[in-house]
Amino acid sequence: MNLVMLPLFTIVNAGPVGGAMATTVEWLLNHGQPVFLLIESLVNGLTGAAEFILSVPPPWLMAPFVALLAAWRVSFGFAVLSLLGLNLVLFMGLWQPMISTLALVIAASLLALIIGIPIGIFSASRKHFWAITRPVLDLMQTMPAFVYLIPAVMFFSTGRVPSTIATLIFSMPPVVRLTHLGIRQVPKDLIEAGRAFGCTESQLLWKVQLPNALPTVMAGVNQTIMLALSMVVIASMIGGGGLGDVVLRGIQQLDVGLGFEGGLAVVILAVILDRLTQSLTSNELTRKSMPQRIRAFRDLWTAS
Amino acid sequence: MPPLISLKQLWKVFGDQSEQALSDLQSGKDADALHAETGIKAAVSDVSLSIEAGEIFVVMGLSGSGKSTLLRMINGLIPPSAGEVVIEGKPLTGMPLAEIQNLRRNKMAMVFQSFALFPQRTALENAAFGLEVAGVPQRQRLDKARQALERVGLGLELHNYPHQLSGGMQQRVGLARALALDPPILLMDEAFSALDPLIRREMQEQLLELQAESSRTIVFISHDLDEAVRLGDRIALMKSGIVLQCDSPSELLSKPANEQVRHFFRDVDAASVLTVKTIAETPDCVLRNSDGRQSLESAAAGKEAFVVDDQNLFIGVLRPNGEMITAQQGPVLTPETTIREAINSVVSAPYPVPIVGADQRLIGVISPRRLLGSMLLE
Repeated sequence: MNLVMLPLFTIVNAGPVGGAMATTVEWLLNHGQPVFLLIESLVNGLTGAAEFILSVPPPWLMAPFVALLAAWRVSFGFAVLSLLGLNLVLFMGLWQPMISTLALVIAASLLALIIGIPIGIFSASRKHFWAITRPVLDLMQTMPAFVYLIPAVMFFSTGRVPSTIATLIFSMPPVVRLTHLGIRQVPKDLIEAGRAFGCTESQLLWKVQLPNALPTVMAGVNQTIMLALSMVVIASMIGGGGLGDVVLRGIQQLDVGLGFEGGLAVVILAVILDRLTQSLTSNELTRKSMPQRIRAFRDLWTAS
Repeated sequence: MPPLISLKQLWKVFGDQSEQALSDLQSGKDADALHAETGIKAAVSDVSLSIEAGEIFVVMGLSGSGKSTLLRMINGLIPPSAGEVVIEGKPLTGMPLAEIQNLRRNKMAMVFQSFALFPQRTALENAAFGLEVAGVPQRQRLDKARQALERVGLGLELHNYPHQLSGGMQQRVGLARALALDPPILLMDEAFSALDPLIRREMQEQLLELQAESSRTIVFISHDLDEAVRLGDRIALMKSGIVLQCDSPSELLSKPANEQVRHFFRDVDAASVLTVKTIAETPDCVLRNSDGRQSLESAAAGKEAFVVDDQNLFIGVLRPNGEMITAQQGPVLTPETTIREAINSVVSAPYPVPIVGADQRLIGVISPRRLLGSMLLE
């Protein structure tokens, strides 16, 4: 009988661990204001620019363009499919939300890549740095996505900027991991050949390591973009806007139809983005068979 | 002239406690005892070699004998624990990295056992890699790379990727990548070991052809004795990091320094390595051109006389029946002929076959009896 009593607590306040975190955040808020302002204006500029550029071409120009891209990189069948999908989005009246979601995804992924790829490269040749980076990446990936929303709001209030920042943090780990893995996987004899022909360290990086790691790095880029898309929907809770908003309204109003429409548009966008960026991973030269891809994915979690 | 590459008392010990182990070994501690105590082994111990310009120098040994480590110390990929590598009179130790990199770009190129071609580059781009690293403008480097590929017989596969080429072709690209730099020194690390025997033979001949065209210094690592004997002007035989003996193939075979060297050469077909020079015998009867009387005596004794002029230049063979066979008519061997190549003419000639040097001097003769005896040499 006593056992039944236990779960009746409701957790309202944070304990000492959370308290320390809250104190840190508060300290940062009080002392880091100029830095946050700088970040805010940078991120705001980037997302604004992305949204502006993507909004310039009207749907009747944008959709065929995407279809052409799909035909070139993937297949004709997929081109037809993406054209149909984009028309469906337009028909549901969700074109503009989709564009702002896409802008947010592009801005956040771009920032994640700009920060993540150099970290991956840097950590590949430095064991100690990787020993610190790895648990941080684990933390970033396993922390429930909603948790990022709280400090993001505290630092940058609501809107596009905190959404982009939360998204960027959530989506960065794969590209760091896969860049690290890709560079570490470059065969030893190629490195040796590079050195034997007189490469400097930077020549070794640009002429031997990066070209060989590229397919793996691209797999990381693909993963990062997909994670960004999933986070952008969640970020609608702090005013990220776009398709997430539509889904959120569906939840708030218990409107199954609206929620379904928003969800469907997200799926269409996700499939198109995924297939297009996946095509960067494999060209004629480096196309991997399915077992190889599965192995690479497994290695990602077991590699030290 | 000083040797092109000289290695002076070179040591390499890998591992954490390598310094202590090295000083132990240098002060004469037994290598096996040290290995038993600490598990540390010297990959290369106290190797001193001089490699002359223009020779094919083969370092031969079983796997784990330290030969690849030795090669990598020549171009500084592995720094020696002690001792010195001197290239063209300049010691590599203490040389700034930029200068070593320069040396690698201009003086020596390497060919690898695993080919080590860059998979995302075409044959042409691979061959141009060294020049690209050295900062040669694109048009020029592609030109040179194309020439190098044509020289190794890959003029038609310029734009193929490595995975589209067979093993032999891939290693030709590897060779072209090194040749494109036109380096005075070629370092070849078991370059042909991964190839089929037939292709390997082909590549060896190609290398000898290239060497005949323009002479380079080639340091060739091999675990294949036949290959070492076929290619090497000199061979350094290594075992457990120690050079057992360094000499020409026929010297190694005919005068092994110790039992281990003899053991190595046990299975080698001596007849195709040893030259007739090493088993030449003095003819029973040599006639000066002017000396008429003795010829009659020798004819009476039923023996051949080998006729030379006053400068000891060979003229011909005087048969017992008085018939004179001049150098142009009868069989004559050069000193570099191998015993195997000589068998046919020695067996079919009715008298010992004369061996005549490039300067026409009579070096000696070789009889069937002597030939057979040499095959029992081991």
